[in-house]
Amino acid sequence: MSELRFTKDHEWVALDGDVATIGITAYAADQLGDVVFVEVPEVGKTVKAGDGLAVVESVKAASDVYAPVGGEVVAANTELGDSPETVNAVPEAGGWFAKLKVADPAEVAALMDRAAYEDFLQTL
Amino acid sequence: MSMNSVGRPTRPEAVESGYQPGGRGLLQDEPLLFELDGWDKTGVDLADVGDDLAGFDGLGGLVRSGPIGLPGLSEPETVRHYVRLSQKNHAIDLAIYPLGSCTMKHNPRLNEKMARLPGFADIHPLQPQSTVQGALGLMDRLAHWLKTLTGMPAVALTPKAGAHGELCGLLAIRAAHEAKGQGHRKTVLAPTSAHGTNPATAAFCGYTVVEIAQTADGRVDLADLEAKLGDHVAAIMVTNPNTCGLFERDILEISRLTHAAGAYFYCDGANFNAIVGRVRPGDLGVDAMHINLHKTFSTPHGGGGPGAGPVVLSAALAAYAPTPWVVHDDDGFRLQETPEAEAEAAFGRMCAFHGQMGMYVRAYAYMLSHGADGLKQVAEDAVLNANYLKARLSDLMSPAFPDGPCMHEALFDDSWLEGTGVTTLDFAKAMIDEGFHPMTMYFPLVVHGAMLIEPTETEPKQELDRFVEAMRRLATAAKAGEAERFRAAPVMAPLRRLDETLAARKPRLRWAPVAAEAQAAE
Repeated sequence: MSELRFTKDHEWVALDGDVATIGITAYAADQLGDVVFVEVPEVGKTVKAGDGLAVVESVKAASDVYAPVGGEVVAANTELGDSPETVNAVPEAGGWFAKLKVADPAEVAALMDRAAYEDFLQTL
Repeated sequence: MSMNSVGRPTRPEAVESGYQPGGRGLLQDEPLLFELDGWDKTGVDLADVGDDLAGFDGLGGLVRSGPIGLPGLSEPETVRHYVRLSQKNHAIDLAIYPLGSCTMKHNPRLNEKMARLPGFADIHPLQPQSTVQGALGLMDRLAHWLKTLTGMPAVALTPKAGAHGELCGLLAIRAAHEAKGQGHRKTVLAPTSAHGTNPATAAFCGYTVVEIAQTADGRVDLADLEAKLGDHVAAIMVTNPNTCGLFERDILEISRLTHAAGAYFYCDGANFNAIVGRVRPGDLGVDAMHINLHKTFSTPHGGGGPGAGPVVLSAALAAYAPTPWVVHDDDGFRLQETPEAEAEAAFGRMCAFHGQMGMYVRAYAYMLSHGADGLKQVAEDAVLNANYLKARLSDLMSPAFPDGPCMHEALFDDSWLEGTGVTTLDFAKAMIDEGFHPMTMYFPLVVHGAMLIEPTETEPKQELDRFVEAMRRLATAAKAGEAERFRAAPVMAPLRRLDETLAARKPRLRWAPVAAEAQAAE
């Protein structure tokens, strides 16, 4: 699996072949506070980059998680339904939301790498 | 530990913190009604039906087969239960209730007296209209005031709250687009700072919601709005003053751009109390706006509701107003209930009857007791009070938008708490120990750790000063490294800090009999 790529909306993407695993960053999970509810997409759904992919709700706020790249949902982390705290515990691993079969892997390469994302966080 | 002269603790943090079953002070530990002892008695004498119902089958097999399981309580036990619960509650009748965006202001007792007049309180919506001419006349005059204050030609009185009003406005907009062959417009634009009900309403009406960016000074980003407008946009939903407590100073340009793109301008009127009597939304190009009678016009709010959210409509949307409305002709007042010739475009009804009559009476009483000049002063005092709080707290706390005055609410971010170990949530909880209801927290979402304070115009300066002193005391303590005290807060509340995360993750929504639980465990 490739190294993680990041968006300005604080999603991360890990590309394995043409399948992208998507979640929210540790920064986002920390900002949200305790996650209490996660809605993941249905397998088979097709999304464009920027479409709403999932919903994450914490004690502070409810937020959309946007698809960083376009593609078809091939897997969803339904375990988050019973254990939303996983998003806080391991946001950039077990707390993944969905896997997309991406239409254009180049879209992933165009996202920020970790160094660029950390620079971006400094600007917030 | 702070002690008074007889050795008693005088400050919250000095109080023994453990939860004490049985109660503290004069506040009793309050179980659920179902957990009170005494299932063997009853406050009402009902004849024992005995075997009279044996073999009765008149209910289609729905005759109850066992006891209903209601607790047996005498009248004094029941009264005490509810009065004790009410003592644990906070209310605008007890102290300032500074929830930003909620406008928790005093409910004048004159309103209540008027609403209890038998001619208003004891009537039924199915009564012949000739017998309720006074009530219909009041609705007609309330409609006149709302139209006059907003500069709009039509009003739908029936929506039952702000969000219901949004639904009414968007249904009218959708009907208008469809009538013009513009049904392909499927997008609604709303700023990032919008009330959550705006995108929710738009989505409920089948629209896709696209966010409009915000400028650094907390207003709609005109360039972003212009870029996102187009032939696919049905409406924009903008709150003015917005949820940051700021007047959208480009409102005329927002409305011009929106109309030029063929879209309608829905204004969320939740904050109308800041501009009533001074600005007419109709002059700003608004096409539809709800007015929360329970905010601007002082009818009861929160648990004391019910709310009422009439919607004023522009000439472009007036034909689509929902039925019913009051018509005044030679025979007096009557309700136009069914779409006759003049109402063919109407999209239907928003509720079964005619809306919240009791709220109409209260709002109208408020209007008449203030008059047009008094309502103008309501807006001015609401803005003055908020700016007073902002001015007196800005040296210790960080205003989210320090430049220029705010409107009716003062918004702070949490940058002033950086490094203290105290969060917005902790700070809000500590306010409870000081005897104040916390402000709105973490909203609007666009401001980090937001604290949104709305004092309303009904707080006297003395109460504002008391509030400011408590806030300053807490802010100083937070900066002095007393984070532990904040994390423990509230220690004076009956159940101290509640586990909000657990409550959200694993809510217990139904009471289960203890005995049944025990049996199930066996």
